[in-house]
Amino acid sequence: MIVPLAMTLYFSSVRYNLMQPGEHAFVGLENFEYFVTDPGFGPAVANTLLLLGSVIAATVVLGIGLALLVHEPFPGRGIVRVLLISPFFVMPTVNALLWKHMMMNPIYGVLAQLWRFFGATPVDWLTEHPLFSVIVMISWQWLPFACLIFITSLQSLDREQLEAARMDGANALQRCWYLVLPHLARPVAVVVMIEMIFLMSVFAEIYTTTGGGPGHASTNVAFLIYTQALLSFDVGVASAGALFAVLLANVAAVFLIRLIGKNLDR
Amino acid sequence: MKQLNLCLALAVAAAATTTSAGAATELVVATVNNGHMIEMQKLSRHFEQAHPDIKLKWVTLEEGVLRQRVTTDIATKGGQFDIMTIGMYETPIWGKKGWLKELKPDASYDLDDLLPAIRAGLSVDGKLYAAPFYGESSMTMYRADLVKKAGATMPEQPSWEQLRDIAAKVHDPKAGVYGMCLRGKPGWGDNMAFLSTMVNTFGGQWFDMQWKPQLTSKPWKDAVGFYVDVLKKYGPPGASANSFNENLALFNEGKCGMWIDATIAASFVSDAKQSKVADKVAFAQAPTAVTPKGANWLWAWALAIPASSQKAEAAQKFIHWATSKDYVKLVGKEVGWANVPTGTRKSTYAMPEFQQAAKFAQAELKAISTANPTDSTLPKSPYVGVQFAAIPEFQAIGVAVGQQMSAALSGRVSVDQALTASQTAAEREMRRAGYYK
Repeated sequence: MIVPLAMTLYFSSVRYNLMQPGEHAFVGLENFEYFVTDPGFGPAVANTLLLLGSVIAATVVLGIGLALLVHEPFPGRGIVRVLLISPFFVMPTVNALLWKHMMMNPIYGVLAQLWRFFGATPVDWLTEHPLFSVIVMISWQWLPFACLIFITSLQSLDREQLEAARMDGANALQRCWYLVLPHLARPVAVVVMIEMIFLMSVFAEIYTTTGGGPGHASTNVAFLIYTQALLSFDVGVASAGALFAVLLANVAAVFLIRLIGKNLDR
Repeated sequence: MKQLNLCLALAVAAAATTTSAGAATELVVATVNNGHMIEMQKLSRHFEQAHPDIKLKWVTLEEGVLRQRVTTDIATKGGQFDIMTIGMYETPIWGKKGWLKELKPDASYDLDDLLPAIRAGLSVDGKLYAAPFYGESSMTMYRADLVKKAGATMPEQPSWEQLRDIAAKVHDPKAGVYGMCLRGKPGWGDNMAFLSTMVNTFGGQWFDMQWKPQLTSKPWKDAVGFYVDVLKKYGPPGASANSFNENLALFNEGKCGMWIDATIAASFVSDAKQSKVADKVAFAQAPTAVTPKGANWLWAWALAIPASSQKAEAAQKFIHWATSKDYVKLVGKEVGWANVPTGTRKSTYAMPEFQQAAKFAQAELKAISTANPTDSTLPKSPYVGVQFAAIPEFQAIGVAVGQQMSAALSGRVSVDQALTASQTAAEREMRRAGYYK
């Protein structure tokens, strides 16, 4: 832990481009300056936050909805649950390729054919709505995770209490609002925290589908660092970027721990 | 008794193979997953049979990944690879830095048989640092049937205006045919390779003699404006995500009227096993605008030995074998004459079997021999390279500009905005590298 961190700190303060080795002059904060003034920096930070927020919102809302739907017993519930959970076991790269070619391709994708069936012009998803497309892919992948946690936690819901509420004349909506949702507060906090940690570093989906573009429309911080380190071979700036990401993660973590810590105390 | 003999023979044979395997030199070869390299991998059993003391271990990667791996390896002196596949961009930079071993093949290799343009691009001060495995330029590939049906004719060396007219006539999205397929995916080796040649022929350049980026100059505006316009009107949807492989798939499916890309594609699109339109495709030179200079690019994938390799002698032997005349003949005999690696040797084009099998041979040879990496722009340029500038900073600049160009293509920003942003990015990188204050 200490060694890589120290190395990163050192690299971030020297001029170190792999294509020109030999001279590692100390440059102070220049690398940070170059990272922060990169034209892709602003969009990347905004995209990272937008991506985090949308995916978390989508998975929590849809996850609760789906969990409530499959909570009550019905024929074939086991199969439905397995199907629901399976996208989580698809590898991120495969997930991206699946969406890029089978679903979103404007010439032969399923969505394009659907659009054409209804006489509309197919949408060129990855060009016109790159960030939205990435959000869809990642939500699809993480929805099962949220759903699984909510299903599990619904099973610990006190049935007698629900029954009592019904006897007292509370309708379905009121039972949901006053009993089920408060019961789900903790699992929601857990889902938010775990997703936040993992989604900060989303990379494979962006790399495989849009390559961060067009322009910087779907570049996030992780992808920006990749561009700096492996396409420009600039270790110095990439290290500065990595340190920035550590900072970002810590700020987010402090917020989260406050939020969730409070929530778990109750 | 007979059986005992057989047993003994088998045992001896087994012992022999194990000992020879134990003593064998193992060469780690890093290469790119293009068709010709996969073929080399399959045929390398002939080499191993002829040299039982050398064993080959292959690391086959996708182009971008390969570039990252070999660059990281050679720059940090990692020594993972004994032979690496590198291109015309890396060779002069790395050769000058002394990261590569000079290649000194014997007389039987016939150095003078190599095409001069290719040989020059892989040498520093007349010393060869990488041996060309296959070479390529770019040219126009088109559907002769569609062009004829539209009542147009394709000149041998068309101009961009002429191509636009033909594209307009051929374009028929209802029938699933798009007039013009071009690269749009961001990357210095993707859309920028193609766009640089377009800018060259429109009379532009990357840097002037003071190393100032020229991205907001008129030729750039003309070229990029033309490119965006043509692709928007006559290109396939999703063009900003297409590069070589995507366009190849579209063309082979019969969805492109015209496609301007690497000459190496010619053997794929005219191969009936892969292409639905193999018998309908024809070839012309890459289009020109203001000047024919730099209208078509020059590239070679070549094999080189990193200076850190301990097994240079064995590596030389393998490179010698894989880039020799005999190898070309071997591929011709084993796989078919249309599939031999081209663009490296004069003798390949002189072989009657090849001439017969490859109808693109003459167009390809002409394209390669007209490209000149040291003189590819109308105004004088300080850099070497047709579709790139062979300086270490170029990758970063090419990537940044490529992103902007794909944004312009998708209509997210205007051409002018994209070029201004590109200019800023390029100036930043050049200032940082210390070319000027």
